[in-house]
Amino acid sequence: MLAKRIIPCLDVHAGRVVKGVNFLNLRDAGDPVDVASRYESEGADELVFLDITASHEERDIILDVVQRTSEVIFMPLTVGGGIRTLEDIRRLLSAGCDKVSINSAAVKDPEFVREAALRFGSQCIVVNIDPKRVPVAGAEAIPGVREDLAVIPRPGRDGSEEVYWDVHINGGRKPTGLDAVKWAREVEQLGAGEIVLTSMDADGTKDGFDIEITKAVSDAVGIPVIASGGAGHPSHLYEAVTSGGASAALAASIFHYGEFSIDETKQYLQERNVPVRRIPLPAKSE
Amino acid sequence: MIGIIDYGMGNLRSVQKAFEFLGVPAQIVSRPNEMEQFPGLILPGVGAFRDAIQEIRQKDFPTALRDSVDSGKPLLGICLGLQLLFETSYEDGEYEGLGLIDGDVVRFQNEPELKIPHMGWNAVDTVQAHPLLEGISNESHFYFVHSFFVRPTDRETVIGQTTHGTQPFASIVAKGNLMATQFHPEKSQRVGLQLLRNYANLVEESATIRS
Repeated sequence: MLAKRIIPCLDVHAGRVVKGVNFLNLRDAGDPVDVASRYESEGADELVFLDITASHEERDIILDVVQRTSEVIFMPLTVGGGIRTLEDIRRLLSAGCDKVSINSAAVKDPEFVREAALRFGSQCIVVNIDPKRVPVAGAEAIPGVREDLAVIPRPGRDGSEEVYWDVHINGGRKPTGLDAVKWAREVEQLGAGEIVLTSMDADGTKDGFDIEITKAVSDAVGIPVIASGGAGHPSHLYEAVTSGGASAALAASIFHYGEFSIDETKQYLQERNVPVRRIPLPAKSE
Repeated sequence: MIGIIDYGMGNLRSVQKAFEFLGVPAQIVSRPNEMEQFPGLILPGVGAFRDAIQEIRQKDFPTALRDSVDSGKPLLGICLGLQLLFETSYEDGEYEGLGLIDGDVVRFQNEPELKIPHMGWNAVDTVQAHPLLEGISNESHFYFVHSFFVRPTDRETVIGQTTHGTQPFASIVAKGNLMATQFHPEKSQRVGLQLLRNYANLVEESATIRS
């Protein structure tokens, strides 16, 4: 049976892994190749590098990081952050990454997703969707959104007022007026091979994934959905791949700060009958 | 020395990097007349069947591939490289493949809650022992990305089997010196590298015997 994937995500800035809260107080956390190696030996199923380098001039640095990583790490590697052109994708793939994840550029130009999938194959085109619950009352109408993809009112949590599941871009700062579920179906039609779904409400809380949105999106599409945002305990990953229907769960801080290892997380899932891939761990040197 | 056949599609570097990591020299082969000098070959592949087989024909690979296989030289197909070895694919139409192994290529049937492509780590059940699986335990997980799978006519060619949803399919096939995996060994960490190491050993043995 296909195993549920556990995917650590590393923020990479100027060629180094960084840790921080909301991109503030960034702290150096080592060479990406070293961190990637550690995760590989702990049994990570895939890796994601999120390139948070702000300046365009420094973007070539990620190519070097990908190149070096792909020489010693033999599992799928996805790179996201600031991908805007087919040339960006071509360079990353030839440097050795396996998939790219596209976010804002997909919303601004959906045809870009179609062209990328046609040229490089759906299997390497991942689209990130970042929904945020926005109260219907007082929400501003956003012009220019295709009517069939526009936000629709959905019940709020705990019977509270109705909300939109509004897809946000630019790192979760900018609403688009697109409904998360409809947009997910659209990117599947455009040829995306996979969706990473990051609830802006859950992200950073460590209170668990947004199971309701994860389930709705996962049910709506035939391609794999990776739950992201909110992991603080292995039980959260368990919920994402069971009640949430996700094929994989992505997490950052829970692994980075050593609160739970990848294998501990997988053991937790395995004890609850979730299919996972576990590998023999190297003996610990005391 | 292993030759990785480049017919203009997909990223061949990842396969090459895996062999480099293992200390096995591997080079990209872009023309059929270069195949001769390599004692073992890899047929990689990602993307659509139709485009791939067109490129292979345009670059005159089919005859050279058939001659190479007939000569007893080992060939390992990976992912789409496995599907291309078969007679017919039904991916977005009906296309003739290389026809080196009897059988066809079909899409997974839809099932409730079944995600297609079949993407991620899945177990390979050993159907029959094979040198490619030396040192690899039964039901080891390998990394897959595909929506289509092969149905060999001769079940004797099936070495490994995997199940997606309720649908079992051949994930490793072999017919003499012709071998192929539906998964990506170059993306399957330790067990994948072991399989590539086993293949390199087979190539070396075969070269010794044939020289």
